[in-house]
Amino acid sequence: MKHRIGVYVCHCGTNIASMVDVKAAAEYAATLPGVVLARDYKYMCSDPGQELIKHDIKDHKLDRIVVAACSPLLHEHTFRNATAQGGINPYFFQMVNVREHDAWVHTDRAAATQKAKDLIRAAVHRVPFNKPLEKKTVPIKPDVLIVGAGIAGIHAALTLANAGKKVYLVEREPTIGGHMAKFDKTFPTLDCAACILTPKMSTVKMHPNITMWTYSDVTKVDGFVGNYKVTVRRNPRYVIENLCVGCSECIEACVFKEGKFPDEFNLGLGKRKPVYLPFPQATPLVAVIDPDTCLQLKTGKCKKTCVEACGDRKAIDFEQEAEIKEIEVGTIILSTGFKVFDAKRIPYYGYGTYPGVYTSLDVERLVNASGPTGGELVLRNGQKPKSVAIVHCVGSRDENTNKYCSRVCCMYSLKLAHLVKERTGAEVYNFYIDMRTPGKSFEEFYSKVSGEGVHMIRGKVADVFLENAADKNGRLVVQAEDTLLNIIRKVPVDMVVLGVGLEAQPDANEVRRQFNISCSNEGWFLERHPKLAPVNTFTDGIFLAGCCQGPKDIPDTVAQAGAAAAEALALIDAGSIELEPNTAFVVDTECSGCKTCIPMCPYTAISRNEEKKIAVINEALCKGCGTCVAACPSGAIKQNLFDDEEVFEEINGVLTNV
Amino acid sequence: MSEPTTTAFEPRIVAFFCNWCTYTAADMAGVSRMKYAPNIRVIRLMCSGRLDPQFVMSAFAKGADGVLIGGCHPGDCHYVEGNYKALRRVTLLKRMLADLGIEDSRFRLEWISASEGDKVKHVVNDMVEKVRALGPLDMPGKHKDWDKEMQELEAHVNHSQKEISAHAH
Repeated sequence: MKHRIGVYVCHCGTNIASMVDVKAAAEYAATLPGVVLARDYKYMCSDPGQELIKHDIKDHKLDRIVVAACSPLLHEHTFRNATAQGGINPYFFQMVNVREHDAWVHTDRAAATQKAKDLIRAAVHRVPFNKPLEKKTVPIKPDVLIVGAGIAGIHAALTLANAGKKVYLVEREPTIGGHMAKFDKTFPTLDCAACILTPKMSTVKMHPNITMWTYSDVTKVDGFVGNYKVTVRRNPRYVIENLCVGCSECIEACVFKEGKFPDEFNLGLGKRKPVYLPFPQATPLVAVIDPDTCLQLKTGKCKKTCVEACGDRKAIDFEQEAEIKEIEVGTIILSTGFKVFDAKRIPYYGYGTYPGVYTSLDVERLVNASGPTGGELVLRNGQKPKSVAIVHCVGSRDENTNKYCSRVCCMYSLKLAHLVKERTGAEVYNFYIDMRTPGKSFEEFYSKVSGEGVHMIRGKVADVFLENAADKNGRLVVQAEDTLLNIIRKVPVDMVVLGVGLEAQPDANEVRRQFNISCSNEGWFLERHPKLAPVNTFTDGIFLAGCCQGPKDIPDTVAQAGAAAAEALALIDAGSIELEPNTAFVVDTECSGCKTCIPMCPYTAISRNEEKKIAVINEALCKGCGTCVAACPSGAIKQNLFDDEEVFEEINGVLTNV
Repeated sequence: MSEPTTTAFEPRIVAFFCNWCTYTAADMAGVSRMKYAPNIRVIRLMCSGRLDPQFVMSAFAKGADGVLIGGCHPGDCHYVEGNYKALRRVTLLKRMLADLGIEDSRFRLEWISASEGDKVKHVVNDMVEKVRALGPLDMPGKHKDWDKEMQELEAHVNHSQKEISAHAH
């Protein structure tokens, strides 16, 4: 049968047209066999562009469509829809990528145009072989898994739970709250982090639609959009969650009379006992026993005064073991957060060497009323600092550490400057490279803090050293080139605060693999499209919220969490999702029953029909990778959308000069 | 690609990129406006595991000077382990291609993740340079030579057979 192919070459404004001679490409396409019509158009993805396709199908009786434009990952579905609306099967369409793979990456117009012609020719060769297909529909399970219960996970969980969806909120720390729970005040409004966060935390705890699992890890993820099977390990905290009332009596009764071990929640600035509550508003308010430091768990020899104190509540259980939970969810939101830059990686700033050097997160704890000093900003020697230097961009905008801007450090450094001044009356010096305050009321906040008498010095700090080398606990000198005055400044201070940047979680790579998504080079989870699909991932049904996708402040995190919840809701409420029909099938008459394909399939979708002695592919399990198709020695397995003859024609077309 | 008649040799490289990692990386190279040699023509597959060795043979037979396969890094395959299957096939195929006299650097497998746009650029540029140094492969021309050789051989055999039977009578 002779086909009637229509070819459309998109200018994409000047994106394609400036490097590819689109007119010449269209004229060339018109000469190819089977092509009855070839056009170039300014914006094929626009309404008029799509209308063009629809009308041409009707007016010129086209039965195959080729569009040379951007990446199929961006607009394939747009043009398939237009093709379908024109009245032919949407899969009678083939897309040619002449933007991302051609115009944008080449500098020689003649060569780029030639490449466009070759790629169009390949599609024109292929498209007559495209088969009419129908999308397959899979149902979406209504339950949602959210991994990470910082402000992003909490907000997404509440949004979904309030919409009536059942949410599993998994957090690996013993309490929910994430980094935000550690902050004192938040910029630029200076409202107290705890005051706005803890009510949300207790709502999560009380919400009938939320199952909150703290001190738990996701250990296994199987399945696909709509039908994920997830295994969660609930680590033993040696305290029975529904029996503990958070009274702290066991902590007081512990054989360790004083806290002896670094307190993780306070970044080691305070000490805790082996049995502890992370912080007074911890949610759930349930004690944890650390197996590495508890005498009973380590040696089996302890007076167990805690058990005695707990008395009839019987909440302490030294025999507790990890509990494995298996759940089925339709969608997943990852909100696994960030870690702060390890300031020890820049040795000349002296963190970990000089007692007077702190990170910004340390100072958040020191100024926090529930922190190790009860909110009093004092040095390790117990004295109030009289002068404080705050160093911006530690581990950000630096070729040697991280090239990116961490976005929040300028603003939190200004906030800390304000808080330090307010609490201690000290002279405060902020050393910055550029003051980045792009946000609602951010620049105003900068003006306010400047007006409070904080010294702003434009210069990257080059060195922090002891004023008197013999006195390790003495004053420090911060040295920087003041690039506005063109002089070297050496400012003696009692305290140095390092404005550390944000980094991806150290295990981001393992998490990414577990959920089958991608990471950027810096380790941030990769969104499907930076502008048009900022909370989606390349894996359908998995969404991103908060800093796991990149550094951002609390308002942006909450907005993104809401967006991720909305995306999950959209899927759930639709009830089903259409999947690409790229599955494989066996041509019964060709199959020799050799079983080569069976071990190829990672989803065990292939089995052998012992009666007919042939292979059978379960379409519901097939994800459409095509590995079995390539392995079949008799060519009996075919893959929809990527059939052998389609690929061979594409190879043929790309290399044949007509 | 129409070959300019007078100018220097420009290799024709056919690439098979998996949808999830390497094709996306090539998209990212575009979005980041990285510049690389225009000699490559990408054919999208869902997974490098879909790579039928015949695709590679066909590309060479139809006139490709080089074939590049791009897949996800080991452990990162969107379909669990398709890239390992590709690796097995590629290893076997390399031995076969060597027997056919096709130089090693004409056939290359690279793991390129979705975020490695710059790797697409470097791999393509490097491969184009190496294949350009090797010169044209021209399998279609070689096929013609081989066909001619075979025809001559056949004619020779036929002729000899005729002579033998003539003598026998």
